[in-house]
Amino acid sequence: MALSGLFLVFFLGQHFTINVTSVISPDTFNEWSHFMGTNLLVQAVLQPILIFGVIFHFVMGFILEIRNRNARAIKYKSYKGNTNSTWASRNMIISGLVILAFLGLHFYDFWAPEMNIKYFKGDMSGLLDPDDVNSGFRYYEELVHKFESPIRVGIYCLAFILLAVHLWHGFASSFQSVGFNNKYSKALKGFTKFYAVAIPLGFIFIALYLHFNQLPH
Amino acid sequence: MKLTLKIWRQANAQAKGQMVTYPIDGIEGDMSFLEMLDVLNEDLINKGEEPVVFDHDCREGICGSCSLQINGEPHGPDRLVTTCQLHMRMFNDGDEIVIEPFRAKAFPVIKDLMVDRSSFDRIQQAGGYISVNTSGNTIDANAIPVEKEDADDSFYAATCIGCGACVAACKNASAMLFTSAKISQYALLPQGQVEATTRVLNMVEQMDKEGFGNCTNTGACEIECPKGISLENIARMNREYLSASLEG
Repeated sequence: MALSGLFLVFFLGQHFTINVTSVISPDTFNEWSHFMGTNLLVQAVLQPILIFGVIFHFVMGFILEIRNRNARAIKYKSYKGNTNSTWASRNMIISGLVILAFLGLHFYDFWAPEMNIKYFKGDMSGLLDPDDVNSGFRYYEELVHKFESPIRVGIYCLAFILLAVHLWHGFASSFQSVGFNNKYSKALKGFTKFYAVAIPLGFIFIALYLHFNQLPH
Repeated sequence: MKLTLKIWRQANAQAKGQMVTYPIDGIEGDMSFLEMLDVLNEDLINKGEEPVVFDHDCREGICGSCSLQINGEPHGPDRLVTTCQLHMRMFNDGDEIVIEPFRAKAFPVIKDLMVDRSSFDRIQQAGGYISVNTSGNTIDANAIPVEKEDADDSFYAATCIGCGACVAACKNASAMLFTSAKISQYALLPQGQVEATTRVLNMVEQMDKEGFGNCTNTGACEIECPKGISLENIARMNREYLSASLEG
């Protein structure tokens, strides 16, 4: 659970790095997206590893939750969890389920259309018009188009808030689970808390920026 | 002080229990929580009713016998104390106090507020010891030098009284704080190195067999532990387990 979580946290940072270029330089975003979408190593090796990591993480999460619920068959009449632990730490399954639902939407929005264009239609050009080499890359245009809908932007923002909640506990917790607890732990914990807030906030900023800076039609 | 007690009553392990309300009067702030229950039981006995069964022994925070989930927290609202050390001054006149047994599949209720914590004994028996030849050639433990920091950490781990508050507090009913403390107290000493690999593997295996949940690092156990056993012990146990698993 901890190792797959750390892997996904690393991936999230990489995903954010590429996405933030859409705000700074659409051309860079297009080039990096094209590289990631057509590079054999990324597509044939890293992408399956990532999908396996995502599936493994949430399946293990469900198994862990079921086993832990079974460990206390009769619940307390009175239980004050908030006196000794954070809401985020006690409700990883809730934040995780929201993120899982969001991943479904995210795959429907970006991953499934990409797979369709590249591997079913056979268009690996990445161009807006595959018959016109001067039409430019399609990635930035598609990204902006997705963030036209305020409802979709709202869902993305909500999901990223829950991602921040999930990471707030999960990132630091994964180091404890792998046995990392020494003189550097305090500094590392500070970094994990910063990361847990900064990265989801960054994604929210990108979604809002793209929504309010639509391309002229 | 006048209080309303809501206490879990259960005739035996198989019976279906329920919360029963008892009004109680004449409670003083200097009384311990168990003395308050003694007053209630005296009253119940005088009325010809069955007294409330609860665990207790030393009544000075050493033995780990007393338990009780009091108003949703193991050993009640105070910190670093057991139920026997909890004073009634922590409560106010007119308060309602909910008293339940420690809840976990691995801690079945025997009667009322008394639970069977022998699962802890079995975890301890699985490896919480060192094998020493006592044939007459035993080496004095003090003859082996130990780093002060390690000796202190080992001692702090050994202060775990095995009361089960960690399990009771954990939303997953995990026993990892207890097990890790019992592993750490040996893992930190040279005397514990000989059986280090088998110890951690066997104790964790037994912990899982007993039906305890898994640690998700909420930290509730550390906060509610009457002896302040640190989460560092769980990280140490995870390290020991990982390295023991790799060694095979």
